[in-house]
Amino acid sequence: MLERDERIRIMATASETCAVLPSADLQWLLDALSAKGYRVVGPIVREGSVVWETISSVSELPIGWRDQQEPGRYRLEQTGSQEIFGVVHGPQSLKPFIFAPREPLFQIKRSKDGFTTSPTLPQSEKVAVIGARACDLAGLVIQDRIFLNDTYRDPYYATRRDGLFVVAVNCTRSLQTCFCASMETGPRAKRGFDLALTEVDDRLLVEAGSEAGRDLLSNLSLSTGSEQLSAEAVTRIDACAGGQVRRLDHSRLPQALYDAHEHPRWDEVAGRCLACTNCTMVCPTCFCHTVEETLDLSRQQTAHARLWDSCFAQEHGYIHGKNIRPTIKDRYRMWLTHKLASWIDQFGTSGCVGCGRCITWCPVGIDLTEELPALLTPGTQPSITSQQLEGT
Amino acid sequence: MSKPEAQRERPRLAVFKFASCDGCQLSILNLEEDLLAVGEALDLAYFPEASSDMKPGPYDIALVEGSITTAEDAHRILAVRQQTKVLITIGACATAGGIQALRNWADVEAFKQAVYPSPEYIQSLSTSTPISEHVHVDFELWGCPIDKNQLLRVITDLVVGVQPRLPGDSVCLECKRRGNVCVLVAKGIPCLGPVTRTGCGAICPGMGRDCYGCFGPSEGERKGPGLPPNTVSLATRFHRELQLIPVEVMRRFRGINGSVSPFRTESEAWEKKT
Repeated sequence: MLERDERIRIMATASETCAVLPSADLQWLLDALSAKGYRVVGPIVREGSVVWETISSVSELPIGWRDQQEPGRYRLEQTGSQEIFGVVHGPQSLKPFIFAPREPLFQIKRSKDGFTTSPTLPQSEKVAVIGARACDLAGLVIQDRIFLNDTYRDPYYATRRDGLFVVAVNCTRSLQTCFCASMETGPRAKRGFDLALTEVDDRLLVEAGSEAGRDLLSNLSLSTGSEQLSAEAVTRIDACAGGQVRRLDHSRLPQALYDAHEHPRWDEVAGRCLACTNCTMVCPTCFCHTVEETLDLSRQQTAHARLWDSCFAQEHGYIHGKNIRPTIKDRYRMWLTHKLASWIDQFGTSGCVGCGRCITWCPVGIDLTEELPALLTPGTQPSITSQQLEGT
Repeated sequence: MSKPEAQRERPRLAVFKFASCDGCQLSILNLEEDLLAVGEALDLAYFPEASSDMKPGPYDIALVEGSITTAEDAHRILAVRQQTKVLITIGACATAGGIQALRNWADVEAFKQAVYPSPEYIQSLSTSTPISEHVHVDFELWGCPIDKNQLLRVITDLVVGVQPRLPGDSVCLECKRRGNVCVLVAKGIPCLGPVTRTGCGAICPGMGRDCYGCFGPSEGERKGPGLPPNTVSLATRFHRELQLIPVEVMRRFRGINGSVSPFRTESEAWEKKT
């Protein structure tokens, strides 16, 4: 990490990459994006949280709202302020925009001498998302590594990804469930964004992170940032990091978690886990999917689609006539071990970005920052072995 | 290789009713424009709710609505099974005993005396039981009522000749695919979605209300791989954090699918605490 003074200097002096936008003029940015042909998406208040929706006006953003998150609980409160980005996040990361929950893959049609197959690529669309957080961007970078891998490039993901323009917001307030600082993914957006905003009272410090972002910023002709404002932004971001009450010590991973394979804590957490899949659905990096065939009564065609799936779903572990993860314990262990340990072996990074969504959106409030230390503390009783389970 | 299209005989479909409200049969008629395609692909041989032209069996596919609540029906379902290749139960009544299975915890004689002026004319069993307790069932469609699109999928799969897929995933999986906000987490209401089977399209949480388990327990309690869902953990959450008193927790699990394990086990455990 750069020294504080260095970060302030960079923010304040690089005029082509940094500017100040009065909060009251945020509409300019929305309009500029629309003028460039982007569908502008932002967080809007719905059903007690925020979800991504197409917006045309700043007034649709959750102005004055703040979210309080804790294990298994999410509440919004209206503060009456003019704060635009007071809500840190809702259940959705950037994942739904690029790894679609339901993606038609191809169609097969009968023909005179057999059948024809035609891919159903999504229509390319320019989408600008306003309000993504550093953790969301870290998730995006990880998903890019998975889906845009040189050997197995996913054209569906790639098409959606090409049209994505991200306006990130640097966090100046942490939730109880946040632990991005310990995962070194936030609270300041490092990469993967086109523009990044830092809300400092009634001003937004705007930084460009890509060519497209610089291009847009130059069109807006804003005043350049001052060192004083940059210093204040850095102070607030640093305070946000310092205020995080949760952390994940990953220094002994991956090996320590492999060594904990038979720890009794897995039984304890399985007693609480519902295997409902919520943690994996809200996770910015989880990429499991299943495929589904939709046939036609005329017997002339079928559509093949990809759907979000989860390693917590019973059928996910069902292969070749046997379920390899029949119990909830098997599934929780699979998920946590992959997310925090084998992901490192597989992709060279942790699968966790510290957003805390799996903690908040777990209906029974299971907290991985509590589970991991417990699992890495030597257990007192032997765990049930897989042979014993098969015998039951 | 299957027969050429023109020579193929249309499978014969029958729809039978037992103790039920007819809502699931109406879901078939609610297929609207798809009903024409169903009519073309299948011979609707026996469907009294739709047509008075009732042709005798045997049938390739029988859709059975309703639970068994009389001795006569217990006999009739055997005859349905005998003349049917693929028997599919449609809805909570046929699949789990339905809301009328609440009688399984009550005194049916007392109900008769209270409701009817001449209770001696009522011939009824003391229980309401699902079809699978009487005959072999090939596929079970859950829901109160069933989801018409799921029914169409299953019929289409059978007509084309592939194994119908009826996932036992939780409602949450579909809820999150739809982009719904979790009502349990964001509103603190006791949603049964985490332990309830998908297939409905997560319509209740999609309208901001709680799932009340009309698709029955998730996972593979009765068929296929898997274990019962963790109702104990969810019920404990309802009680401790959402402040439901034991009788309220009991009632959550004792609804439309109350008599099917593990919902039954869970409601009985909380009944003991009331």
